[in-house]
Amino acid sequence: MMSKLKTIQKKAVIRKEGGLFDFSGTEIMRDAASVTAAGEDTTGSSEDTADKPMRGAEILVRGLIRNGVDKIFGLPGGAVLHIYDELWRFRDEITHYLVRHEQGAVHAAEGYARATGKVGAALVTSGPGATNAITGIATAYMDSIPLVVITGQVPLPVIGTDAFQEVDTFGLTLPIVKHSYLVRDVRDLAAIIDEAFHIAASGKPGPVVIDVPKDITAQICEEPRTKFARVFADDVPPAADEAILDTITDRLINAERPIFYVGGGIVTSGASDDLMKVVELLQAPVTPTLMGLGGFPTAHKLSLGMLGMHGTYAANMGVSEADLLVAVGVRFDDRVTGKLATFASQAEIIHIDIDPSNIGKVKQPHISLVSDAKSALQRIATKLESREGAALNAGKAKREEWWKKLRAWLDSVPFGCKYSETEINPQQVIEELHRITQGVAIIVTDVGQHQMWAAQFYPFKRSRQWITSGGLGTMGFGLPAAMGAQLACPDKTVVAVVGDGGFQMTNQEIITAIQYKIPLKVLIMNNGYLGMVRQWQEMFYDRAYSEVDLSISPDFVKLAEAYGALGLRAKIPSELAEVLEKGLAHDGVTIMDIVVSKEENVFPIIPAGQDTRNMILK
Amino acid sequence: MRNTLSILVANEPGELSRIVGLFSARGYNIETITVGTTLEEGWSRCTIVTEGDDSVIEQILKQCARLARVREAKSVTKLPHIEREMALIDVNAKTPADRQEIKNLVDIFRAKVVDISHDRMILEASGNKEKVDRFIGLLESFQLNEVARTGYVAINRLTADTRSADTPVRMSAKHEQAAVNT
Repeated sequence: MMSKLKTIQKKAVIRKEGGLFDFSGTEIMRDAASVTAAGEDTTGSSEDTADKPMRGAEILVRGLIRNGVDKIFGLPGGAVLHIYDELWRFRDEITHYLVRHEQGAVHAAEGYARATGKVGAALVTSGPGATNAITGIATAYMDSIPLVVITGQVPLPVIGTDAFQEVDTFGLTLPIVKHSYLVRDVRDLAAIIDEAFHIAASGKPGPVVIDVPKDITAQICEEPRTKFARVFADDVPPAADEAILDTITDRLINAERPIFYVGGGIVTSGASDDLMKVVELLQAPVTPTLMGLGGFPTAHKLSLGMLGMHGTYAANMGVSEADLLVAVGVRFDDRVTGKLATFASQAEIIHIDIDPSNIGKVKQPHISLVSDAKSALQRIATKLESREGAALNAGKAKREEWWKKLRAWLDSVPFGCKYSETEINPQQVIEELHRITQGVAIIVTDVGQHQMWAAQFYPFKRSRQWITSGGLGTMGFGLPAAMGAQLACPDKTVVAVVGDGGFQMTNQEIITAIQYKIPLKVLIMNNGYLGMVRQWQEMFYDRAYSEVDLSISPDFVKLAEAYGALGLRAKIPSELAEVLEKGLAHDGVTIMDIVVSKEENVFPIIPAGQDTRNMILK
Repeated sequence: MRNTLSILVANEPGELSRIVGLFSARGYNIETITVGTTLEEGWSRCTIVTEGDDSVIEQILKQCARLARVREAKSVTKLPHIEREMALIDVNAKTPADRQEIKNLVDIFRAKVVDISHDRMILEASGNKEKVDRFIGLLESFQLNEVARTGYVAINRLTADTRSADTPVRMSAKHEQAAVNT
């Protein structure tokens, strides 16, 4: 038995190295049948390899491997037993990480995807497995993260009978997926997997769910078929016509008060360098969204810092008074725009986005371009370079006044951090973290005050250094996502910055990190409150602190120890640096419980739905 | 404004619910919806009548076009088009005079009598919304028992050049590329 198993694995590796399954995500999906046929030609006949009729579960696992998956996060159950049986056989090629709750599996896959840009993969069982995964799928959907989530399903003949652990996963996930499948024929499975990975990664990325009934995974497929002739979702848009690019270039050169408002699209398309080139040629200011952080270095002289609800004074004032707003890879989220009618009301708006439905969804632009950020910025840079130096310089001269104004705003309201002898200030924690990690750690956050402080006080240098749940605002995201990011980037320091509230939503995954020796660093900003809610209650609900008190919490240091992790605590400022240094240096999982001042608020804040100029500064 | 949208979608399980779900999730109302096969195997045409100003319709079309199995989404209302609906109408016809009068209406509206009993008739009518509404309206005085309507199907007129980039329908194309709104 053992020797047979070895043979199978060896053969599978040979096939991979042979380049047969060198699957490029940018390619239109391949004919699954032809892949199999090609395999027959080169590997010769062996009953043990892919040429033989296979059961669905093996097709599935081979499909994952073919599409570049070497790590998958999941938790088994009845409906996915055949798949887990195959995963066991293929354990040398694909490592499965056993989470303790399915939400953790999807967040970990997301963390992996967000840190690398590759498609993350998760595997859960039917019914409760699928419903537990939903929060993660929705999180990925809102932030356009490429995922393939495989959910088990009850056998086809009993679907619709309220069978044990049956739930309509296809229906439940319909509004939160880029695409989804209920596999009805084992012959389609190979093609579905290939297409799922293509759809997840191409265009504007997103999660794809494959719901696989148990009987499909047991059935033997004699001959796979390619049911889908073509993927229509993300055919490459035709190249932007020159006239539009010329118009945009003219506007950029001649604008007196331009501002670049850039988002997750910069990160997703890898457009950082191109953005840098364009704004340096123009000497134009840049403000990233929460999702765009890292896409442009925060400390760069052209950076105004983040805009929006908790953005910088300069960025928000800048957008208010700009005469040209260049929106690239953004969707005019309400956390950015505040009151829509007054957002960038003096500006001509250029909107560049890969998703046509984002254009004009909430704000009608004057000029629009459907394109990925990278190719658009690349072509704009080329256009700019082709213009006469004199014209570019004249444009720069026009913007000198603008920069004086922007600098004044930057200087007048910097992000403030108070220091005290007795209490650790939360902002100070991030400053220290930044100092000790030399500004190069991957920071993964949960959602709330700590998230905003991390965004404000950790100047990011590069794309994918900042991982956060932006759109859905999912508490509990941080810890498992950091686990995925750490697995994706084993050589980098990954710190999960979480609150004491969100930490308690998914802290069961600490044991997963312990089990797989993932040297995760968890920094709990512990203020004994659901802090952001408390802040809103303080500011907008007459300090009625309704159900936000978390002062009754477990002892996080003891909890860490119970899990077998290193637990450390800092309660006063003099302990902070030592705890962070020791915790980050530890070769293993560390839980750092940083007790911070209880009622510190995030400033500036634009009250929801208000004009961005109505910032409350302190 | 009433708009008739035409969406070419793969004939696969669940694809229609994706489109319908998109309408409900975004708070758009569907007045009628019809789906039928097309000349091309594996593809169905879905005709949806909905309310909304231009920007809402544009959003709906773009959202539909974004779906992986939607190949084309357009508003046929923007160009000269033909729109038809069919109705089956069960109406009381208790006296010979009633029957005669209904028969007259059937002739005027070029409808058909498809079933008859001693006191009722079932009529088949087709045409645009106004015609079918009017026909049913005139029959109300005889007392209607039941009306089943198909919802609308629509097609652009041969005179309408749907490929012209200058016509409003371009907003409906799968790949709206770029635009300068001046």
